Amino acid sequence: MAQITLKPTKVPELYLEGYNITPDAFAGKSLMEIADLDAHEGKIKVKLGDYFEIAGQSGDTAEETAINIDGDCSRIKYIGNKMSAGSITINGNADMYVGGWMKGGKIHVMGNVDSFCGIAMEGGEIVVEGNAQNHVGCAYRGDWRGMRGGTIRIKGSAGNDIGTFMLGGTIIIEKDAFIHVSTHAEGGTVVIKGNVQGRVGGQMVKGDIYVLGSVQYMLPGFKKVGSVEQKIDGTEATFTHYIGDLGERHPKSKGKEVYANLYVQEA
Amino acid sequence: MPKWITQVGCPYCGASCDDLEVLVSDDGKRVLETRNACAIGNEIFHHAQSPSRPKRPRMRQPDGSMKEVSYDEAIDYTAKTLLAAKKPLIYGFGSTNCEGMSAVARVAEKGGAVLDNCASICHGPSFLAIFDNGYPSCTLGEVKNRADVVVFWGCNPMHAHPRHTSRYSIFPRGTFTAKGQMTRTIISVDPRETDTAKLADHHLMVKQGHDYDLFDAFRTVIRGHDIPDEVAGIPKKTIVDAAKVMKNARFVMIFFGMGCTHTDGRNHNVDIAISLTRDLNAYTKASIMAMRGHYNIAGPGQVWSWQFGFPYCIDLSKGTHAHMNPGETSSIDLAMRGEVDCFVNVGTDAGAHFPIRAVEQLKKHPFITVDPNICMASEISDLHIPVRVVGVEEPGVVYRMDNVPIQFKKVVDGPEGVPSDEELFDRVYERMCELTETEPIWLLAKDHAKAATNAEQ
Ligand code: SF4
Repeated sequence: MAQITLKPTKVPELYLEGYNITPDAFAGKSLMEIADLDAHEGKIKVKLGDYFEIAGQSGDTAEETAINIDGDCSRIKYIGNKMSAGSITINGNADMYVGGWMKGGKIHVMGNVDSFCGIAMEGGEIVVEGNAQNHVGCAYRGDWRGMRGGTIRIKGSAGNDIGTFMLGGTIIIEKDAFIHVSTHAEGGTVVIKGNVQGRVGGQMVKGDIYVLGSVQYMLPGFKKVGSVEQKIDGTEATFTHYIGDLGERHPKSKGKEVYANLYVQEA
Repeated sequence: MPKWITQVGCPYCGASCDDLEVLVSDDGKRVLETRNACAIGNEIFHHAQSPSRPKRPRMRQPDGSMKEVSYDEAIDYTAKTLLAAKKPLIYGFGSTNCEGMSAVARVAEKGGAVLDNCASICHGPSFLAIFDNGYPSCTLGEVKNRADVVVFWGCNPMHAHPRHTSRYSIFPRGTFTAKGQMTRTIISVDPRETDTAKLADHHLMVKQGHDYDLFDAFRTVIRGHDIPDEVAGIPKKTIVDAAKVMKNARFVMIFFGMGCTHTDGRNHNVDIAISLTRDLNAYTKASIMAMRGHYNIAGPGQVWSWQFGFPYCIDLSKGTHAHMNPGETSSIDLAMRGEVDCFVNVGTDAGAHFPIRAVEQLKKHPFITVDPNICMASEISDLHIPVRVVGVEEPGVVYRMDNVPIQFKKVVDGPEGVPSDEELFDRVYERMCELTETEPIWLLAKDHAKAATNAEQ
């Protein structure tokens, strides 16, 4: 894989919208051409070269291009926006929309990410070593088609609205989550390895949620149906199995209603 | 002889009463008395007359004092500041007409600004819920004439919308509600015993921050499933009984307020309320409505949705398309994150309503207030531009909380030389066009539209 290294040289005064920092945009371009790619700081159209020292070489295709960002991107949005292949490694924090609308490839963030990480994701993989703010793998406002595929792994904790309107794919939060997990979801799997405060699976139609810690406030629309042995993300344990949200509409399959599943690890 | 002007609109709360009567002095310059208005509505007409009201723009001087400047200077400063900023934020519009909102939108587009309104700290989450889940709503006229079960969830109209209950929701006699209050069952869901809760037949004292759980319980019960013995601090029996009241109603009306939109979960609380409304329609008629705060705060949602496709939090900085995503493009988030470098506060008081940290961040950059009165925002501004008071000195279209447009009147002349919001922002737009040597296309379009309307008449 051909490696391109971006070294931040300047902290944006406001925030930089780096929607072109993707293997797709870099592939087949010379360093000069990459430096000349557009970005925005507010209404000012700027060039990537104004903010980064760019070295290395890009591959012919996105698949063969690996981007390595050597520094902090706390004020840079849209890294890996809509990317389809290749990889991005961020050696620091990143701002909003990391891997938003992503279709393939891999993003690895060594630090924390802000909100909307993996929004409307369709495929690929995001790994965040630190924490995420809100709206991990959620849908765009007003879109009933949320995350459709791919995997997001947050090794730290996450805020609210995880997997809203999710249809497919997997989200793993290795520590705690706040509220609203898989709200309105019609598919996909969310695993919370820590504790979650509440509103787990509200208005959920289909899909699975695993909580390895505790749920502080269970929704009244979830009903206990039994106990199951399961292996999830390397952990084998006994889970209490709930179905729900009984307040929500549910499709029928072979004459039987299909519910969403919530598995909470037994203490 | 002083004269009574009738069918006057009240430019205060979201009830947007349009049945006020105002006694105006001989010379048409002073309001002497009002009829039908509630205490706050009455006050707004008298407040407009205050002799301490500023009548010229005031600009902050290097020594920190404020000095009067001409409108031309103020317009020039505003135009230049908006053009120079990388990402200006124009926020407010709790208290102006649709004509003013439309004029500001033209300025925002020209300045590549983010355009936002008070919904951002109020019913913005309701918009998000409506995007996600639809809005089975109706007009206040239908509430008055049909609703026999009225639910007030996280709102307290007895204080916030004083005439709401007498004009629309509890007391009035309508076509199918001939006995007024006697016909209606009132349910209040509120963690506090508000004056509205005191009026209610059933008060569900929900545990603060657990509205979503309670909505889910109602939905679960209505679908015929069992729920735990207690949800959100409310015993199962109370929930089951209240659900029965709603299912057996002829027309259920759910009004919701800040108790839903500004507690944890925000849009989701409204979203699930909408789902509940939909569920109830399997048994009876049910409708839902946001208790919008100001008399025309539904206005920017209407005007800007028409202009840009979004009601609030509209990022126009790209010049090619509008982008909206609250959490990012919402005023408080933009301010807290230090994402904007110029702030224009129009017809509201961000100084009083924003968290102090947000105001501190905004104060690092040029800060302009456009408002008829002295307020906290005007006093910390670099420039304060007074305008006429809509509904008192300036007519215009306003949207009531049920999105019904109402033509508001002017009852007295405004102070000499003080422009309306619309006039002011049209001049700012014109100046921005002069400075950038571009055609003021929107003003030309406006003249063209006016000429066409005149020709038709
Ligand atoms: S209820 Fe609201 S609109 Fe009506 S008079 Fe009072 S303040 Fe004005």
